[in-house]
Amino acid sequence: MALSGFFLLVFLLQHCTINFLSVISPASFNNVSHFMGTNPLVQFALQPVLAFGVIFHLAMGIRLELLNRSSRPIKYAMEKASENANWMSRNMIITGIMIFLFFGLHFYDFWFPELNTKFIMGDMSGLNPEGGFRYFEELQHKFIDPIRVGLYVISFIFLSLHLMHGFQSAFQSVGFRHNKYTPIIKKLGTLYAIAIPAGFVFIALFHFINH
Amino acid sequence: MTKNGMNLTLKVWRQKSDKDKGQIETYQVNDISEHMSFLEMMDTMNEQLISAGKEPVAFDHDCREGICGSCSLFINGEAHGPDRGVTTCQLHMRKFKDGDTIYIEPWRSKAFPVIKDLVVDRTGFDRIMSAGGFISVNTSGNTQDANSIPIAKDDADHAFDAATCIGCGACVATCKNASAMLFVSAKVSQLALLPQGKIEAKDRVLNMVEQMDAEGFGSCTNTGACEVECPKGISLDNIARMNREFMGASITSDK
Repeated sequence: MALSGFFLLVFLLQHCTINFLSVISPASFNNVSHFMGTNPLVQFALQPVLAFGVIFHLAMGIRLELLNRSSRPIKYAMEKASENANWMSRNMIITGIMIFLFFGLHFYDFWFPELNTKFIMGDMSGLNPEGGFRYFEELQHKFIDPIRVGLYVISFIFLSLHLMHGFQSAFQSVGFRHNKYTPIIKKLGTLYAIAIPAGFVFIALFHFINH
Repeated sequence: MTKNGMNLTLKVWRQKSDKDKGQIETYQVNDISEHMSFLEMMDTMNEQLISAGKEPVAFDHDCREGICGSCSLFINGEAHGPDRGVTTCQLHMRKFKDGDTIYIEPWRSKAFPVIKDLVVDRTGFDRIMSAGGFISVNTSGNTQDANSIPIAKDDADHAFDAATCIGCGACVATCKNASAMLFVSAKVSQLALLPQGKIEAKDRVLNMVEQMDAEGFGSCTNTGACEVECPKGISLDNIARMNREFMGASITSDK
């Protein structure tokens, strides 16, 4: 869980950074998107690794949850779990499943159309009928519908809750704990868990308002 | 409240044997002094049950001073009750008030099956210790004095802190996954930190973790609940240390 989690933390950072280009420079966003969408190394080496990382993280998470649930077949009549552990750490499976459900919408919006354009229609140019890059306008188009924007915002709240525990938990799982560095990691984790989802929310709202 | 003390409603898990299904039963206890320990309150409850011709409630207890780790009650939704850094025998009735309803349940874990009422079988911990929680020393008469080996003060202190684990099982009871990682990591750490324990360190951590999994304990998801409820304040540092030891041993061991 921890190793795939680290990988996904790095992926999220680069995804948010590239998306943020759409706010500050549509031309740069188009160029980087075209590079990421057509570079063979990204498409045929990194993308399969990413897909494996996501599926592995999900599968291991579900397996872990089922095994752990079976470790206590009879539940307590009264349990005050909130007295000794926060909600995020106790409900990673819920926030994780919500993020996975979001993938359905996200893939429907971006990944499946992209696969269709490039590999079924065979159009690798990245150009729209007017001859310019199509990526920025496609992004803007997705954030016109307020319901879709709302779903994105809610999903990123779940992502934030997942990261609040996941970031520092990954370090603990690989044994990285130190009097000097663990407090920094915990603060960095909180910052990451707020900044990255907030960045995605900002991007969605920015395009919703400015389309 | 009567002039002598509190009147309480107790919701107690009753189970005749490991084969019985078991259920919560409700008892009234009266005149409970706030100065009583929780176990003394249990004794009073049992005296009242015996006087009424009923079978007393079975529960584990021994030293009654927070050392043996026998008393193992899940009280009002928390291992060892609402206080921190105490075992059930060190919990006092002043933590409750007149008219309270108190749930009293056994540790719940597949690896800790109920034997009777509130008594659970914790021999799984013993089997984990047998798998590697020791050092092999020739005690034929020429054993080296341990004090002749220099040990860094920090290492000695951390080893001692880990060794204060009394094996009560509160970590398992409170963990949402019924994981025994805090117990096992304390037992791995108390030896791994000392020169005498380093010789068998790889086999120790691999064997103890293997036995822990075989017993049916859950996996750690780092909620930290165990550290909060541990009566001896065993730190999550030990779990991180065991994770390091385990990964290192998994990669470099011949096994």
